[in-house]
Amino acid sequence: MAEEQNVVMERPEPHEIIAPGYTFSSITDQIASVVQTKRTPPFWFLGFGLGLALLGVFAISTTLLFILGPGIWGLRTPVMWGFAITNFVWWIGIGHAGTLISAILLLLNQKWRNSINRFAEAMTLFAVACAGMFPILHLGRPWLAFWLFPYPDTMGIEPNFRSPLVWDVFAVSTYATISAVFWFVGLIPDLATLRDRAGNKIARVIYGLLAMGWRGSAKHWSVYETASLLLAGLATPLVLSVHTVVSFDFTVAIVPGWHSTFFPPYFVAGAIYSGFAMVLVLAIPLRSVYGLEGLITDKHLDNCGKVMLATGLIVAYAYILEAFTGWYSGNIFEAAAIHHRMTGPYMSSYWSLVACNIIAPQLLWFKRIRNTPALLFLSSMVVLCGMWLERFVIIVSSLAQDFVTSSWGIFHATRWDWGVFLGTIGLFLTLFFLFIRGLPMISIFEVRTLLPHAKVDKEVAE
Amino acid sequence: MSQTPKKLDVAAARARLNGTRGREFWRNLEELAGTPEFQDLIEREFPRQAIGWGEDESPVEGRRNFLKLMGASLALGGLAACTRQPTEQIAPYTKQPEELIPGKPLFFASTMTLSGVGTGVLVESHEGRPTKIEGNPEHPASLGACDPYTQASVLGLYDPDRARVVSHQGEVRSWSYFYNFLAGLLEQQKPAGGAGIRILTETITSPTLAAQFEAVKKFYPAAKWHQWEPAGAHSARAGSQLAFGQPVNTYYNLENANVIVAIDSDFLSSGPGWLRYTRQFSAGRRVGAGRNTMNRLYVAEPMPTPTGSKADHRLPLRATDIEEFAWALAAGMGLASGPKNGDNHDVFKWIGGIAGDLGRNRGASVIIAGDQQPPVVHALVHAMNDHLGNIGKTVFYTDPIEVGSNDQVASLEDLVKDLDAGSVELLLILGGNPAFNGPVELGLRDRLAKARNRVHLSLYEDETSEICEWRLPEVHYLEGWGDARAFDGTVSLQQPLILPLYDGRSAAQLLQMLTDAPERSDYEIVKGYWAGVHKGADFEAWWRRSVHDGVMADSALPAKTFPIKFAGISEPAQKPKLHGTLEILFRPDPAIYDGRFANNAWLQELPKPITKLTWDNAAIMSQATAHQLGVEPSNMLNLGMDGVPLVELTYQGRSLRAPVFVQPGHVDGAVTLHLGYGRTKAGQVAKGMGFNPYGLRTAKALWHDVGMTAKKTDGLYLLANTQNDHVLDTDRHLVHQGGLAEYLKDPEAVHAGVETPPPGLTIYPGWDYKGYAWGMAIDLNACTGCSACVVACQAENNIAVVGKDQVRRGRAMHWIRVDSYYSGSANDPAVYNQPVPCQQCEDAPCELVCPVQATTHSSEGLNDMVYNRCVGTRYCSNNCPYKVRRFNFYLFSDYETPSLKLLRNPDVSVRSRGVMEKCTYCVQRINAAKIEAEEENRKVREGEIQTACQATCPAEAIVFGNLNDPASRVAKLKADKRNYSLLGDLNTRPRTTYLASLRNPNPDIEV
Repeated sequence: MAEEQNVVMERPEPHEIIAPGYTFSSITDQIASVVQTKRTPPFWFLGFGLGLALLGVFAISTTLLFILGPGIWGLRTPVMWGFAITNFVWWIGIGHAGTLISAILLLLNQKWRNSINRFAEAMTLFAVACAGMFPILHLGRPWLAFWLFPYPDTMGIEPNFRSPLVWDVFAVSTYATISAVFWFVGLIPDLATLRDRAGNKIARVIYGLLAMGWRGSAKHWSVYETASLLLAGLATPLVLSVHTVVSFDFTVAIVPGWHSTFFPPYFVAGAIYSGFAMVLVLAIPLRSVYGLEGLITDKHLDNCGKVMLATGLIVAYAYILEAFTGWYSGNIFEAAAIHHRMTGPYMSSYWSLVACNIIAPQLLWFKRIRNTPALLFLSSMVVLCGMWLERFVIIVSSLAQDFVTSSWGIFHATRWDWGVFLGTIGLFLTLFFLFIRGLPMISIFEVRTLLPHAKVDKEVAE
Repeated sequence: MSQTPKKLDVAAARARLNGTRGREFWRNLEELAGTPEFQDLIEREFPRQAIGWGEDESPVEGRRNFLKLMGASLALGGLAACTRQPTEQIAPYTKQPEELIPGKPLFFASTMTLSGVGTGVLVESHEGRPTKIEGNPEHPASLGACDPYTQASVLGLYDPDRARVVSHQGEVRSWSYFYNFLAGLLEQQKPAGGAGIRILTETITSPTLAAQFEAVKKFYPAAKWHQWEPAGAHSARAGSQLAFGQPVNTYYNLENANVIVAIDSDFLSSGPGWLRYTRQFSAGRRVGAGRNTMNRLYVAEPMPTPTGSKADHRLPLRATDIEEFAWALAAGMGLASGPKNGDNHDVFKWIGGIAGDLGRNRGASVIIAGDQQPPVVHALVHAMNDHLGNIGKTVFYTDPIEVGSNDQVASLEDLVKDLDAGSVELLLILGGNPAFNGPVELGLRDRLAKARNRVHLSLYEDETSEICEWRLPEVHYLEGWGDARAFDGTVSLQQPLILPLYDGRSAAQLLQMLTDAPERSDYEIVKGYWAGVHKGADFEAWWRRSVHDGVMADSALPAKTFPIKFAGISEPAQKPKLHGTLEILFRPDPAIYDGRFANNAWLQELPKPITKLTWDNAAIMSQATAHQLGVEPSNMLNLGMDGVPLVELTYQGRSLRAPVFVQPGHVDGAVTLHLGYGRTKAGQVAKGMGFNPYGLRTAKALWHDVGMTAKKTDGLYLLANTQNDHVLDTDRHLVHQGGLAEYLKDPEAVHAGVETPPPGLTIYPGWDYKGYAWGMAIDLNACTGCSACVVACQAENNIAVVGKDQVRRGRAMHWIRVDSYYSGSANDPAVYNQPVPCQQCEDAPCELVCPVQATTHSSEGLNDMVYNRCVGTRYCSNNCPYKVRRFNFYLFSDYETPSLKLLRNPDVSVRSRGVMEKCTYCVQRINAAKIEAEEENRKVREGEIQTACQATCPAEAIVFGNLNDPASRVAKLKADKRNYSLLGDLNTRPRTTYLASLRNPNPDIEV
C-alpha cells in the first residue's frame, strides 16, 4: 500500500490504472466487443493456429507415449524424472500468479488487479490443466493413475499417505477446483452482460445458461460479494500451500540437492515470479492488439514488473543460500551436488538460469525498462525460460550425480520430451485463445468500479 | 443347372490366345471370358452366394434361408467374440512321472564344456523344462559354483536363432537323406581307407569321442582328424612340450599357496578350473575368526583382469615384455642367468621382492603362466615351480586331458595343404566355426570351400555353415548325452534334460555314422563306451551313481612328475622391439568368449568385468596411448551419448576400424582386442555387434605381437557401458579398504573417516521381526568381479534383455551389478569390485515415497516390490541412494517368442511395461524353503536358502541367511570387524552389508 501511495505522489494523475474518458458503457462496449464481433483479428488466428499446431504435436507425442511407454523420453537410471516433472512444477508455478492476483490482491484491496485478474485467473486454470496432466503422463502405467486417489477399494488398499506424491494429488486437485470455481463465479455478472448484449440467439442461450439467472439485483450483488470474498479466503492459502506441497516432492526425498528445508518458500517465490512473467507475456501483446492500453495501463505493467523484481530477488537469495548450505552443511554429498550443478555436465543450464533469473531481471530496477512494454515482454520471456531451467536443473542435475558414483548418468532429452512440453504450450495457447474469443478477458463489472463515478460519496471525499 | 457345362480347357484357351497381340489379344481375352466354360469356372471358384438365390431355389425360400443363416451366424459370432479363448490342449498326467510334483523343480546333474573341458552342473527342471543352471558341488571344477557362460547356457538352449533343420544347399532334408548321402560317399572312400576324409573339431576331452575316433580310424585308417580351438591353450601345450618333451596337463591347488605369481594369467576368471581356483584363492584371503594371514598375489599383465584387480601388487607390462619378466624372475631366484636390467625398468623393479617372497615360501607358492604367453614362458614357469619345490604341493601334472593333444596350428596348416591339393573328398566339421575364427592368413573361409563335400554340424548357422552345403543342427548339451574331462581329468557325464528341440544330433552320433553301427543313439554310444571301460557286475549301479552325481568317482587322472629338460629353455630370446609401433593383444572376450556365445543376449548384455562394456568390443588402450594417437575420448563419462573416436589399426598389412576405449591400468603402447565380435552370419542378437579382430590374427601371433600401427579415422562410435564413473571418491566411503598389517593393528582402520549415526536416531519405532530376518553380507575381499552373479540373477529372476541401444541410454535391467572402482594413479590403479544388489534397508527411502504402496516392508525385513500395484512413478528409484531399482521403460520382456517362454522361471513374475523391479533376495527361494520347513514342522535351516547370486559365486563372497539366528554365517559375518553398511551415514540401515577389502602388500616392495 505504501508503495502505491509513493507512486501516486510521484505521478499524481488520477487515471493511472484506467485511462481518462472511460464511461460505464464505453468500458462494457470495448471489452464485450472483443467477444461479440464478427471480425476476428488475424492475431487471434495466428495465436490459435500456433496453439492448435502444437496441440497436434501433443497428440502425437502422448499417443506414442501411451502406446510405447516412457522409454520414448530420455529418462534413465538414475535420472527417473526429467521433463515431465520439470514441466509440472513450471506450469503449476505459472498458475500461482493468477491466484495471487485474484485472491490475495482482492483481500488487500488492490484496485489495479481488477483489470488483469480475469485473464490471469484463466491463465491459472489452463496452466493447472497443463500441469495436472504431467503426473499422469509420466507414469509407467498411466491408465492406473486413479490408484493415487483414496477411493474405496475392494481389496482395502489405500494410497500411501506418507508419500508426497499423494499430497500432490490433493494439493493440485484442490487448487484446480478452487481456481475453476473462483473463476467461474467471477464470470457470472459478465456472462449476464454478454447475454444481454448478444445479438445471436444461440449465443444468448449459451451465455444465459452460464449466467445462471443473474439479474444484477442488489441481493445478487450482496451474495456475490460474500461468495467472492469467501473464495478469495479459500484460495489465498493455496497460493502458499500448493507449491509448498510440490516442493515436498523434493525435500522429502533424500537426494542431495533436493533434501532441503528452504524449498517451500523458495518454490513459492519462484512460482509467483514465473507467474507474473507469464501474465506480462500474455498482457502485453493482448492490450496492444485489442487496443486495451486504456484498461491495462503502463501502471499495471509497472506493478507486475515490481512484483517480478521482488520475487526474483527472493529467488536469487535462495540460490545463494542453496550454495551456502551446500558448503556449510559439511556434507560431502550436498557439497558435491552444488559443485556438480555449477561445474558439472549441467553447468550450462545452471549458469543460464542464473543469468535469466538473477542477472537479467536486475534491469527491472529501471523505470524506463518497466515502462517499455517490448522490453518488459522480453524480460518476462527470459524469466520464464530461466524458471523452467531452474526446475530442470534442480530435478535432473541432482539425480544425475547423487550418492553412488558408479550409477551416475546423464539425461539427454529426446524429441518426444520436447514434443510433450511444447504440446502443453499448445494446449495452453489453444485454451487461452478460445477464452479470449468467447469470454470477456477483462472483468467488465470490476473495471467499471474503477471509474470515478462509481465511487460513492464517501470514497470521493477521501 | 440342368446340364454340366464343358470344363474349361486351359491348354486350348492358351492356344487360342497364342500368337495374338495388342488389341486382338485383348479382344480374344474378352471373348474367352464370355464363354460359358469360363463363366462356369468363375462360378465354381467364386460362388456368388453359398446358399440361396440359386436357380434351383425359390426366391422366397432362398432369401429366408439366407436371412436365417445370417442371423444365426451373427448371434453365434457375437457369442464367440465374448469368450474367445485360444485353443489349448491340456494333457494331464494320467500317470504321475516318478518324483515329479507339479510346481516343484527337479535337479539333474550334467556337464557343460568350454573349449572341450567340462564343468559339472546341476540343472533345475520345471516339468521337464530346464530353466536354471547351478554348479555341481560334487564336481571338482565347480564346487557348486558356475561361470557366466554356464549360467547363460540355458538361454542358448532356447535361442530361437538356433539351427533347426538339416539342409542341403539350402533345401530342407531329413537325417536319413543325409545318411544315405554319407553312406554313398563312405562307400567310395572305403577302398582308399578314407584318404579323402577329414574331420575338423574343436578341442575334445570326451573319452567316448576319443574311443569313437579310434573306431573310425579302424574303418578309415587314412582319414585325418584335425582340431582347432581359437582360444585354446596352444602355448601351454607347446610350453610343456618344451619343458618336458611331451604334452602335460598342469593344474594347481591354491589352498596352501601363500604366494601366487600370475604371469599374464587370469586364473581367477578364465581357463579350466578357474571356479575352483577362485574358491581356494578367496579362502586363502579370509581374515577373521582366528585367521590373520592372507595369501599374496602378484600379477604382471597388460590389460586389467579380475585377477589383476585382486593383486596385492599389479605390474602393467606389455605382453612382449612379460617373457623378459619371467627370465628376470628366474634369474632372481638363481635359476637362470637372465638379464638384471633392460630398456623397460618396470620389468625389473619388483623382481627382488617377489623372488624373496617366493624363496620364503618354498612349497607354498605357485607361479602361474597365462595361456596367452609364449611356450618359453610356460617352460620357465615349470622350471621355477620345480625350483621352488611346488610340484606335488601346489602344482600338479597329469597326462593331457584332451584327446589327440597336438599342435593345432600345425594340424590346421596340414589341413589347408590337403585342401589346396584338392585331396579332401569329405570334410566333416563337428562344431566350431573355423571359417570365422581361424588364423586370417590361412583364409579358411575360401580354403574350406575347396573340400568336395562339406558338412557342418553346428548349433547355429554361422560363417562356416555358409560355405558348407550340408548344414546339420547340433544338439545343445542339455539335449544330448556325452561326457567330458575336467581340468584334472575327472570325468563327468553330460545328461540331457529335454528332448532335442530341433531334431539335432550330437557329434558322437555323427561320428557313429562313420562306423558299422550308424544308428546308435547318443545314450547307447556313451553308456556303451563306459560299459566297455567299467566292466563288472556293478556296472549298472556304478552308471546310475555316475549319472546321478554327475561325476565319475575317482576318475581324475593320476598326478605324475615329469623331468624337466632344461636344454630348450637356456637362452632368453631377443625381445621384439616396438620401434614406435604398438603391441597388439588378442584376448578371448570375457562375455562371449571366442565368439561362440555371440548370440546369447544375456552374455552380450553382461557388463564385462572392470570395463563394464556391453554388446561391443573395442580397441582398449591406456590414456597415454590414446593421447599419443590423438584419440582420447572427449568425455569418458558419457560414452553412450557422446561417442568415442575410431582408430584404424593396421597389422601386417591388414587393417580394422575400431572404437577406442580408454582403460586405466592398461599398459602403455599396447591395444587389447577382445575376440568374437564382428560376426557376419549369426543370429539376430550377434549380428552387427562389434568388430572382428580375427581379421588381424595370424597363426604366428595368436595372442600378441608388436608392429601394429594405429591412426585416427573420422567418425564417432557409440559404446554401451553400464558404468561411466570409476574413480573411487574416498570421501564417499563406498568401498572400505586397507592393508592387512594396519587392519590387524587396528581393525577400525578400514573404516577411518566414516560417520555412523547412533542407533535410535529415528523417531519411528524399529521393526520387530519375530520369525526370520533375512540379511546378506558381501565380502569385498573375496569378490573378484567375475560377474557370474549377474547372469545367475538374470536367469533366476526372468530379467529382460534390453539391447545395446537401451543399455546406452542407461536402462540395463540387471538386479545385481558389479561396480568397479579405481583408486590411485591412472596408469596403475588399484581396482575394487563391489557387487550391489538391493540393500533391503530397514528405513527404506523407497518405501516412504511410493504413492500407491507398491513397495512395502515385509515381516521378514525385505523391501517387497508389488509389481501389480506399481503404477510407475519411479519416485522410489530417485530416492534410492544405491540406485538398485530398474524400470521397464518399454515392454522389455519378450512375450512373443515361443521358445523363450519355456525358459522362464515359473516362480517369478515376468514384468510388464511401466513397472519398477529390483532384487528380491530371491524371495521365491525363501518362500519355497519356508513352505518345505513348515511342512516338516521346523525352522528353515542355515544354508538351506541360497540366493541365485550366492549359489553361483565361486569366491563365496556372498552370504545370505537369517539374522535372527546368531549362529548363522551371515550373522557372524555381520559381527566381523570389517563389516560396514554402504552409505551408512544416511541411516537407511541396509540389510545387505559389506566386508572391507584388504590388501596384503609385500613390505619389501616400495610402491
